[in-house]
Amino acid sequence: MSDHDYRPKSKVGQWFNDRLPLLTLANHLTDYPTPKNLNYWWTFGGILTFCLITQIVTGLTLAMHYIAHADMAFESVEHIMRDVNYGWLIRYIHANGASMFFLAVYIHIFRSLFYGSYKSPREIIWILGIIIYLLMMAAAFMGYVLPWGQMSFWGATVITNLFSAIPLVGEGIVTWLWGGYSVDNPTLTRFFTLHYLIPFLILGLVVLHIWALHVPGNNNPVGIDIKKPSKDTVPFHPYIVIKDGFALLMFMIVFAFFVFYAPNILGHADNYIEANPMVTPAHIVPEWYLLPFYAILRSVPDKLLGVVAMLSAILILAVLPWLDTSKIRSAVFRPLYKQFYWILVADVLILGYVGAMPAEGLYLLIARVATAYYFLHFLVILPVLGFKEKTLPVPLSITESVLGGSPNLAAVRNKESKIE
Amino acid sequence: MSEKKTKRRDFLFTATTAVGAVGAAAVVWPMIDQMNPDASVKALASTEVDVSALTPGNTLTVLWRGKPVFIRRRTQDEIDEARAVKMEDLIHPEKDEDRAKNPEWLVMLGVCTHLGCVPLNDKGDYNGWFCPCHGSHYDTSGRIRKGPAPWNMEVPKYEFVNANTIKIG
Repeated sequence: MSDHDYRPKSKVGQWFNDRLPLLTLANHLTDYPTPKNLNYWWTFGGILTFCLITQIVTGLTLAMHYIAHADMAFESVEHIMRDVNYGWLIRYIHANGASMFFLAVYIHIFRSLFYGSYKSPREIIWILGIIIYLLMMAAAFMGYVLPWGQMSFWGATVITNLFSAIPLVGEGIVTWLWGGYSVDNPTLTRFFTLHYLIPFLILGLVVLHIWALHVPGNNNPVGIDIKKPSKDTVPFHPYIVIKDGFALLMFMIVFAFFVFYAPNILGHADNYIEANPMVTPAHIVPEWYLLPFYAILRSVPDKLLGVVAMLSAILILAVLPWLDTSKIRSAVFRPLYKQFYWILVADVLILGYVGAMPAEGLYLLIARVATAYYFLHFLVILPVLGFKEKTLPVPLSITESVLGGSPNLAAVRNKESKIE
Repeated sequence: MSEKKTKRRDFLFTATTAVGAVGAAAVVWPMIDQMNPDASVKALASTEVDVSALTPGNTLTVLWRGKPVFIRRRTQDEIDEARAVKMEDLIHPEKDEDRAKNPEWLVMLGVCTHLGCVPLNDKGDYNGWFCPCHGSHYDTSGRIRKGPAPWNMEVPKYEFVNANTIKIG
């Protein structure tokens, strides 16, 4: 924090601030120098904070009406939908809110991938983010179990059975997770407890994530280090607050569209059938945001290796700052990386698509190729690219790139000379 | 300060840490073990099933410990098919004779050993069971033949109490 010399104007403020420097913190947050060239891809941090708060508030209100018991959970969700005042609205916001949360987090992650925000000195911010992402997946999975529909039950069965792949102790771990010999009431009550706990863990990690961010300050589209405060920065308030607020409004339009016009489009019809341990639905699919990893799991014909591949696909992100050997952060100055980046985006979308399709024939083949490419990108392409790629000249300051009209000065000059 | 002799204080540190660790473990274990199956879950360990109405070629599915159990009264064709399979063709080699002591009756957990779905009867490439979740094929002895599942469907402990009743568990 750079504002140690801050003193509140009022006597009361000074008295309070000397005892608990909350006003110093507030001053730091409002004056926080932010790169002036941040684009709209940088507004998703604020949007994600909004998503987390929305999930916590709607979750707390749902918990006032929900009953975590295998015999009553399904009915209590229907009770929320039909009887509780505005219960339908709160539940639809919460259920679609999970999808919106993941939509925003994927944009946020791919923003970092494009602009190299995970690189030194921001590795800890990135790793905290990956931990938050993992917790989000755990919370989303357990939340999906709570309505105790067919997809809830069988999703829980399939995912907890992943642990049975562990040699020797796997079966014991699964029994321990279940609290029985199958997914049943003890499983439901513990999932509810953890689903309630995890958002608050995420909240704590978000504080650390932002704290770690405020040490080096934001990365920016040109990806160069800046002096702060300087001509390259603007204060967080009002500049970024207004920009974030506008982006949040746009985001809320999309959010509201799903809640009011297509509240079930992202869900699965089978989850409106109560859980039945005797019948497995014909086609089990996870929620859309887990599909790429599901595709990776299914593309490996061995049970243990499939689970290992799926977990590696997530954990590989944690070591990304050391896999990417390039010193240049932003893809704007990395002509080759930029192309591989878009191939990776396509690869993940393809994985998501085949994850929703039956694992056979051509779909299986595509899933295998896409899985192989996913790992190739991180384990081979990124490390090699850092040494082989001829990067473009990086501007000396943000002001230079802003006045040049494009973050890539060389490209602008090139274009201009061609036009002439 | 450079003296390496063990001091009275070093001993106290080590002893305190050791006692503290044992104490912590003694508190942690109940917190972990409370998640294991409780007494009421364990009490439902066995179930008796009347199979007198089951005709050859049909399967009865009953719930035992929250999981489906398939009781299949096999036809002679199915038995012959299961017994003709060579051991080297199996992913998880088990003789049909060991899985079905009384060849007419096949009793096994109706749970796919991949990720726990319930396989479908009379489906798949081996005339046995097919798991719709990730495409595992089982033969007429419930043995895995094709797909991601690593093992055959499990045969639970069971016995014929009399000619018409099977006790599972």
